[in-house]
Amino acid sequence: MKLPDLTELALRNLRESVLRNSLTTIGISVGVASLVAMLSLGIGLQQLASRRLMKSGLFDTVVVTSRRDLRNFNREEERNGPAPGESRILDEPTRREIEHLPNVLEAYPDIRFITELRYEDKPHLTTVAALPPSARSNDAFETVQGQFFSSELAPEAILQKAFAEELLGKTPKAGVDETSVAELTAPLLGKELTMRYAQREAASTAPAQSGNEKSANDNSAAPADQSLAGAAYSVVSREQKLKIVGVADLDPESMRGPTRARVFLPLKLAESLHVMQPTDLREISRAASDQPVYSSVSVRVKSPGQIQTVEDAVKKMGFNAFSILDASKSIQQFFKVLDVFLGIFGSLALAVAFIGIVNTLVMAILERRREIGIMKAIGASDGDVKRLFFAEAGAMGILGGIVGVALGWAIGQVINLGTNIYLKSQSFPPEHFWSVPWWLVAFAVVFSFFVSLAAGLYPAGRAARLDPVQALRYE
Amino acid sequence: MSTTARPPRSASVNSVSAIRAEQLCRHYRMGETLIRAVDGVTLTVRAGEFVALLGSSGSGKSSVLNLIAGLDRPTSGSVIVHDRDLAKLSREELAKYRLHTVGMVFQSFNLIASMTLAENVELPMRFAEVDREKRDYLAREALERVGLQARMNHRPSELSGGEQQRAALARALINRPQLLLADEPTGNLDSHTGTEIMNMVREFNQQLGMTVAMVTHERALAERYAQRLIFLADGKLIGDESNPAVADKPEPVRAEGGQP
Repeated sequence: MKLPDLTELALRNLRESVLRNSLTTIGISVGVASLVAMLSLGIGLQQLASRRLMKSGLFDTVVVTSRRDLRNFNREEERNGPAPGESRILDEPTRREIEHLPNVLEAYPDIRFITELRYEDKPHLTTVAALPPSARSNDAFETVQGQFFSSELAPEAILQKAFAEELLGKTPKAGVDETSVAELTAPLLGKELTMRYAQREAASTAPAQSGNEKSANDNSAAPADQSLAGAAYSVVSREQKLKIVGVADLDPESMRGPTRARVFLPLKLAESLHVMQPTDLREISRAASDQPVYSSVSVRVKSPGQIQTVEDAVKKMGFNAFSILDASKSIQQFFKVLDVFLGIFGSLALAVAFIGIVNTLVMAILERRREIGIMKAIGASDGDVKRLFFAEAGAMGILGGIVGVALGWAIGQVINLGTNIYLKSQSFPPEHFWSVPWWLVAFAVVFSFFVSLAAGLYPAGRAARLDPVQALRYE
Repeated sequence: MSTTARPPRSASVNSVSAIRAEQLCRHYRMGETLIRAVDGVTLTVRAGEFVALLGSSGSGKSSVLNLIAGLDRPTSGSVIVHDRDLAKLSREELAKYRLHTVGMVFQSFNLIASMTLAENVELPMRFAEVDREKRDYLAREALERVGLQARMNHRPSELSGGEQQRAALARALINRPQLLLADEPTGNLDSHTGTEIMNMVREFNQQLGMTVAMVTHERALAERYAQRLIFLADGKLIGDESNPAVADKPEPVRAEGGQP
């Protein structure tokens, strides 16, 4: 029999006992729905976790530190590479060198310091970090309420949400009592902050006028000179007024990177301030020039796929490099395992549906015994009868699969909605942890089809073997 | 596909044997007892012949018919239809044989209740993988032949017994088989309708040159239509006589037959 005929006959037969076949199809749907629901939960959770990590802005970032820096991420590297003492200094020329590596978008120094900020005459001690202009397009800063810095040198600041709360005198109770960012932004926008900081100043030059003039003497020129600090630079206490332009909903605890601070300044502004950084104390013996030395440089890579190559290139240059790649790998692995488990649980319902199909088709054989006999008597081969039952099973499978996917999607939406209502009542922000990608839809329907065919195997075989004489004998 | 186009033959051109059964046996085992439904039947039916298998209930006449139809396989002996030994055919080949060589009608009509008449009639052509257009055309033609063109889209349950049996005849003829096997075709019909059906069967026999084997327990019916009467009892052949009332009658040959 030809396929269109087969399909037509199968659908006709399914329509003949609508109730029973619908119930069986619903059974398949429920099975598929539970499978889809479980898998979309797994996928959704994975995406949620990925989004969280993405927020850290580190999927395309390599953090470069000097090997002289004590913070080593990998002990083995330390042994393999040059000794810390001989390794290179992370200064402006090196930064530019890194920036010219292939696949690198930009390399900017991580400027980060702890200082005092005054708001309405109240001092607040916090971490301040510099943001490169590219952060504007970064996922992490897309959610900024207010606006981004107007220029690279503008005396403006973006606050981290928790710090904004602190300024307004709202003390959050460890994540429970979250107020919306917009609510915090309104009273703060345009207000002024006064930042008190320690400026590093080349010793022999007047601080205000000629900052760019080269320091008269560095370590090599005058090794046995005066007191170490005095020879290199002095530290001057200064103030800088900053205008609050935005509040960002960022997680200050998220991994490493530019978002690990509570107040953000434009990068060029931060650089021009020559703020005394903690690492400067360590560099005291040699970093006497006003050519800045960076504790770390963040390297943005064109795409996450190129992280590894850039990381290797940087390591070859003699620096330490770290990216989140390794961490995310193990997370993905965890979710793969989770998906498998959820899939197995989801499949249990489909296994029940499988038995339902077998039952329905076996019943159909008993009921259509005579019909099968007639078909054989007028020339249907065993194969025709077998294929007809297969087609019926397959049609139920496809129908059940489609309805099941829709059902699973609906269940997901309802649970998503319900959970978000609950989250809202608990003052958590809503999350989207349910995702039904297209491949899952296709997979579910195809899977349902094949499961149904498998379920049709035994009934179809039995129908094909039916003896026509026996089948026609009984009324 | 319909079988090879044959020129219609009349009953008088009978030299070729259509059915040849030799020492045909069909035994069943029912628990401890062995039932000899067919027990050593030897007979020959010439092509274009109209034979009646007569016997009481349980005589084995239907079993013989099923063996000829290729619905059942002999326990021993052979049944050869148009030079094909049915016992040696595979299940698949046997299905093909039933599809192309045999048309069957039954006492209980055996139309598929969920299908309209047209669909019932074209069903064998679906198995034969005939194109839809050709199928529609041939089904319509066959139903016209049995006078049911107006009932094409009715389901069997909406029709009288006679109409159902006519539809069954149309279905039996649709693949242009050489053999028409009828198992008590009038058993469920009143005598008037039965006559109508039997006239049609005779028409097919005479005009299309089909070999007809009919199982019946009504001797009068057999004598009226069959050229030969074959009597069975307890699975054995107990009589085989030609029916002079029919056999000697001049055939009402129509022009389409091209008969001299």
